[in-house]
Amino acid sequence: MMNGYLRQDGRKGIRNTVIVAYLVECARHVAQEITNRFRGQCVHMIGFPGCYPNDYASMMMRRLTTHPNVGAVLLVSLGCESMDRNNLLAEVRASGRPAELIVIQSSGGTLRSIEAGAAWVENAISEIAAVPRVEITAADLVVGTVCGGSDTTSGLAANPAMGVAFDLLVAAGGRAIFEETGELIGLEHFMAERAVTPALGEEILACMRKTEDYYRTMGQSSFAVGNAEGGLTTIEEKSLGAYAKSGQSRIAGLIKPGDIPPYGGLFLLDVIPDGEVRFGFPNINDNMEIAELIACGSHLILFASGRGSVVGSAISPVIKVCGNPRTYRAMTDDMDVNAGAILENEATLDEVGQSIFALIQDVAAGTPTKSEKLGHQEFILSYKYFTPIGPACLPRVA
Amino acid sequence: MNELLVLAPTDQIAVAVRDIEPGETVTLPDGSRIVTRTRVPFGFKVAIRAIAAEEKVFKYNVPIGTATQAIAPGEVVHLNNLRSDYIATRRERT
Repeated sequence: MMNGYLRQDGRKGIRNTVIVAYLVECARHVAQEITNRFRGQCVHMIGFPGCYPNDYASMMMRRLTTHPNVGAVLLVSLGCESMDRNNLLAEVRASGRPAELIVIQSSGGTLRSIEAGAAWVENAISEIAAVPRVEITAADLVVGTVCGGSDTTSGLAANPAMGVAFDLLVAAGGRAIFEETGELIGLEHFMAERAVTPALGEEILACMRKTEDYYRTMGQSSFAVGNAEGGLTTIEEKSLGAYAKSGQSRIAGLIKPGDIPPYGGLFLLDVIPDGEVRFGFPNINDNMEIAELIACGSHLILFASGRGSVVGSAISPVIKVCGNPRTYRAMTDDMDVNAGAILENEATLDEVGQSIFALIQDVAAGTPTKSEKLGHQEFILSYKYFTPIGPACLPRVA
Repeated sequence: MNELLVLAPTDQIAVAVRDIEPGETVTLPDGSRIVTRTRVPFGFKVAIRAIAAEEKVFKYNVPIGTATQAIAPGEVVHLNNLRSDYIATRRERT
């Protein structure tokens, strides 16, 4: 039986984390020093480095600070940056969470801000220990998938096994999100056929045309040198592996960062900015994808790797599924699941998929993942631009 | 244990599940044999039949690119002889 943290909006968290959020790079050191006082406790740092306003970044900060895994929020502002700190504070407080704002320029500078912030976090930890606990089942969970440090085994073992786990989650009524549209190039027609309605299929094709155009303009696909060193040759071959993590379910919706899946099923997350190319690469690394999955409500993340990523994340636990048995042996401390056992004939795809689904439930019940135990709390947020999704993207919303 | 994974019966390539040296005789799941002409590291693709220049190459029966030159059975299939049909793979590490 899993025990969740009940939030005012009815969503249930699997962690009860205090977030310290810097609102510009200039406030990061103070936020980091406050967070460092609570090593080993559930206190994580997130933030936005930019000084100029950006609707996407504001929306991401609102979604992340009101995520069900978050129990309390301390905002750390320098004072002159553009992020709308008062509205952000009001929104977090309206969500029923303890929240406070420290403005460094009006709090006496670095040291006094750190002291005031640390004292507030200390109190918040005790306060949120009283958050009501409720039963949580697989049907309450939102799970995101990502792959990083891919090699040929990601597509042969790790991603297909995560796909099996995703099918089990969807069958149990949960919400599953796959993404990295830049790494689904070449699979657009397969995805369109899996859409629950033809209109949703058209939206997926349009999204993938946008994706290809975007990367073509950048002169580079989402393909790193290490991918080729791991045996992958083209973006469409890499995509084939990434696609396997979606499992076999029908695609129930197409969402964008910050859209929370409104019903159970499998959702595709479009991470490619809309309009002209203006802020550079869509997502500059795996953690930027993870942050977007979390902003869509993901309670935890399944992360497939072959070459061996070590990252975790702020806010939501990351489960590492390693497809390469050699990497697993070399980096066992970092890996939660050895999907490479499939390639060495020691386990079947179904067995590994079932063990991932069981692990999802263990982690939701409180068991820490390897990256959580190691203290990984990576986070990154940057500038992007999106327009809202169209009505055909969520066919089951009337 | 098989040394090569054939992922779909129509594929012209198989994936090595161990490092294979040039000149080794390896057995396919259907019992037929090929002799490797190049080194095929773990996870890399090897041609299991002749592939013509400009022929599309399939993995899981899905196209993964086009052969830039004729590829003989037993040769590794990688950046030197396969290109993307979407966005070219950049090779440098600076």
